[in-house]
Amino acid sequence: MTRVNLALLILIACVASLPLFGGAYALRIGTIACMYAIFALSWNIVGGFAGYPSFATAAFFGFGAYATAILLNKGVPLTVAVIGSLVMCFLLAAALGTVLLRLRGHYFAIASLSLVEVFRELVNNATDLTGGGMGLNIPLASGSGILADATFFFYAMWGLLLITAAVVMIVSASKLGFGLNCIRQNETASNMVGLNSTLYKSVAFGLSACFVGAAGGIYAAWVHYIDPSDVFDILYSVKPIVMALMGGLGSPLGVFCGAFVYLGLEEVVWRNYIQIHSGVLGVLIIMLLLFLPHGLISLRSGMFWRTAKHV
Amino acid sequence: MLAVQVLINALVLGCLYACIAIGFSLVWGVLNVINLIHGSFIVLGAYLAWGAYQWLGISPWYALVIAAPLFFAFGYLLQRLLLNRVISAPVLVTLTLTFGLDLILNNAMIYYFKADYRKLTLSPPTGSISLFDVVVPVDRLIATASALALTGLLYLLLRRSKVGRAIVAVRLDRDAAVLMGVDVKSIYAIAFGLGAALAGCAGVLMALIFPISPLTSSAYLGKAFVVCVLGGLGSVSGALAGGLLLALVEGIGSTLIGPAHATTLSFVLLIIFLVVRPQGLLGRKGFE
Repeated sequence: MTRVNLALLILIACVASLPLFGGAYALRIGTIACMYAIFALSWNIVGGFAGYPSFATAAFFGFGAYATAILLNKGVPLTVAVIGSLVMCFLLAAALGTVLLRLRGHYFAIASLSLVEVFRELVNNATDLTGGGMGLNIPLASGSGILADATFFFYAMWGLLLITAAVVMIVSASKLGFGLNCIRQNETASNMVGLNSTLYKSVAFGLSACFVGAAGGIYAAWVHYIDPSDVFDILYSVKPIVMALMGGLGSPLGVFCGAFVYLGLEEVVWRNYIQIHSGVLGVLIIMLLLFLPHGLISLRSGMFWRTAKHV
Repeated sequence: MLAVQVLINALVLGCLYACIAIGFSLVWGVLNVINLIHGSFIVLGAYLAWGAYQWLGISPWYALVIAAPLFFAFGYLLQRLLLNRVISAPVLVTLTLTFGLDLILNNAMIYYFKADYRKLTLSPPTGSISLFDVVVPVDRLIATASALALTGLLYLLLRRSKVGRAIVAVRLDRDAAVLMGVDVKSIYAIAFGLGAALAGCAGVLMALIFPISPLTSSAYLGKAFVVCVLGGLGSVSGALAGGLLLALVEGIGSTLIGPAHATTLSFVLLIIFLVVRPQGLLGRKGFE
């Protein structure tokens, strides 16, 4: 357990105490914050560790949301439905990964981007199963009050975040994480020394998809109504990347902080500039890339501790 | 007869697709940047044509002449002032930067023009030509001809002019071009400006045919992606081949299995091409 990982766990534990302080609004923000953190941490597995610029987050978020919603409508309990969509997402992503991850750089970015479009169109056209463009209603999970419901979904999302963070830590300390690092630095060389890079990348892609899918499932049960343009929004793919860039690529702690800072900014922008919120977001993204290219985590070195800088 | 009509439609649409994609392909090929703002440039061009016609009474053919230098200057400055700062950064950074720019431009367009769909309606309407049973609207035909002319112009520019040869040289081998005394930074800016100008002109042509709204920018961008990958990167003939292939597949697909699946079909085709033949129809292996 490194110091950084410990800090991450402590931060996540702090988030859990949120319901003590706030009402329904704080719970809503907290739930979304946990969801964003799940996105960012998941994206970090394939984008940060393995260095593949994936834009597939929205695809698996939507897939998980629809899988869970359909299962719930068939009368399956929530826990089973969410775990089911987690497993389905993992298998689907791992299978797709064996094909898509043969592409590199720009080509992979585009393939993963178009995955979102393909999934959205498929859901749009499979009207019998998904309701198509009309969206899908999801039955209320429990008859209890609004606040109790909100608290329940907050803890559900928080629990998933905890699991995601634990898995990311385990991955980063394991042989898999080491292998992904090798792939990022030089894929050809890692193939040469006998690393099964296809397997490693597929597993990484699967891991980066499954928690996002499960988060999609919880989201669907939480908001009770989903439609293709909502859950397959390409912004869900881009936001984790911005968060990761904000926090610092490859570092789970940085990415986690990035998610929270991003949500804070987004909320402030939404509140104050509703008409031009996406424009302000664009300005923020550009400023970030121009002036803080290595993320918030890079502020630390030299400010607090004097450590050797990475080149 | 239906087959001939589908074929003609595909031919007409394919040239327009090529025109949409060609600027995108140029920027991608030369600068190695996926220019996500391309779709919004096209929509901005469409608004320019619409506004010029609606308010000033300038016909879209002249709007083409206005749009090209305006968009060139816009693109040139954008590259010089912003993109150049991160041009050597990894894919992710340039991509996210253009995404941010796209957010700003698109939001500005929604703010000023509202998200309503508008249509540029020529008066008097140009009507359509029918030969035997094949019907082609005249405005579409003119747009296609203009698209082909633009494509040809770019081809000539890249082939014959000194700047064009420099652009091709940078695309082929950046380091060698530097050694030969090419000012890469200014070539980058010129190529980006050219890409923007082509997008603006494509937008003017699109305004003749399709409804105009800021929300359509992602659809144009999607088409540009697919055409680029199908045809091969950075070459004029590749974009043409890709555009025609895409239009053909969409046309035949929507005739056989219904128009609802046309988009899915094109993206599935994209993924298949990415995996099987990432260099595109006319691209050469290892040439990227």
